[in-house]
Amino acid sequence: MNARARLLVFALGALLLGGAYMAALSQLAPLGRGASAYADILNRVCVRERHITDVVTAVNFDYRGFDTLGEEFIMFTAVMGAVLLLRRGKDEVQAPQEDELTSRRGRRRSDAVALAGVVFTAVLLLFGSYVITHGQLTPGGGFQGGVIASTALWLVYLSGSYKVMRQVGPKPLVEAAEALGAAGYALVGLIGLFQGAAFLQNTLPPGSIGSPFSGGTVPLIDIAVGLEVSGGFVLLLLTFMEEVLEIRLH
Amino acid sequence: MLVLQVASLVLVAMGATAVILTRNPLRQSLSMSLYGLLLTLMFFLFQAPDVALAQIAVGAVALPLMILLALSKVKQNERDAAYARQRDEKASQGERRDKPSSRKGQE
Repeated sequence: MNARARLLVFALGALLLGGAYMAALSQLAPLGRGASAYADILNRVCVRERHITDVVTAVNFDYRGFDTLGEEFIMFTAVMGAVLLLRRGKDEVQAPQEDELTSRRGRRRSDAVALAGVVFTAVLLLFGSYVITHGQLTPGGGFQGGVIASTALWLVYLSGSYKVMRQVGPKPLVEAAEALGAAGYALVGLIGLFQGAAFLQNTLPPGSIGSPFSGGTVPLIDIAVGLEVSGGFVLLLLTFMEEVLEIRLH
Repeated sequence: MLVLQVASLVLVAMGATAVILTRNPLRQSLSMSLYGLLLTLMFFLFQAPDVALAQIAVGAVALPLMILLALSKVKQNERDAAYARQRDEKASQGERRDKPSSRKGQE
């Protein structure tokens, strides 16, 4: 395809996309107003009905819990796909133990970085667990908390070494966390079935508003998603790091 | 509030342009990390703290880190391939010195 034909295809695409985009923008409600009727209803009934003060989490894990189950498995499949693609090929071998990248070309890590890493590893783990377990009360939840908690292990690498990171987060444990989390969500859905209701219906007692144990099945799903997401992100990081530090072309 | 919201939108538009204009992939991973922070700020100012919490970890840390690791692997493969080429060349030169007669015979 020559340059002129390319430009023509681009112009056509840009014109179509731009037109549709402008048409869509003109239909938007003004800034800060015009939430849908569905949103209005949920805002009114959510706290009374489910004793959940973060309506976003209530929509994700309760009112639309089944959709989110699908989304969770999208992430699960994506991580599995990356791990499968990065498996060791026939032309790849184990790198020598003292790889130049492992020892960062012999340079020592500064004490300031090591200290900050140790402190923030603890802070991130704690904050991640907080966000996971308070999903029904404040903004956040399993996904957000899981991602935040997974960054703690990356700090272990920055402040310690690759070896320490592998010791703190052994692959079998990480894989088990991801699998348990993914399965846990589906298993929580069965609670509703056993109580004679629909799959993923929130049939557990809602608890008192504002308590960490309120919201029925929602905190359980938060924990399951937290495990799945933190496990998935850490597994992705471990796989990428392995590819760089341990596997070399033959 | 509206002023801050407009300012964050302008910053996001400028940040996205900056990421596109950064042509070096290594630098692009850093500019994208900053862009992730700007997006986080925008989500927060538009009262979507749930999204902001996810964005700050994924957009500002995880994605740039994945790109850095991928770039590192690409460089490593290039180095290894160059090294293997050199080794093969040396080996074939040594062969030529060892058996000049047999090479002549082939020619």
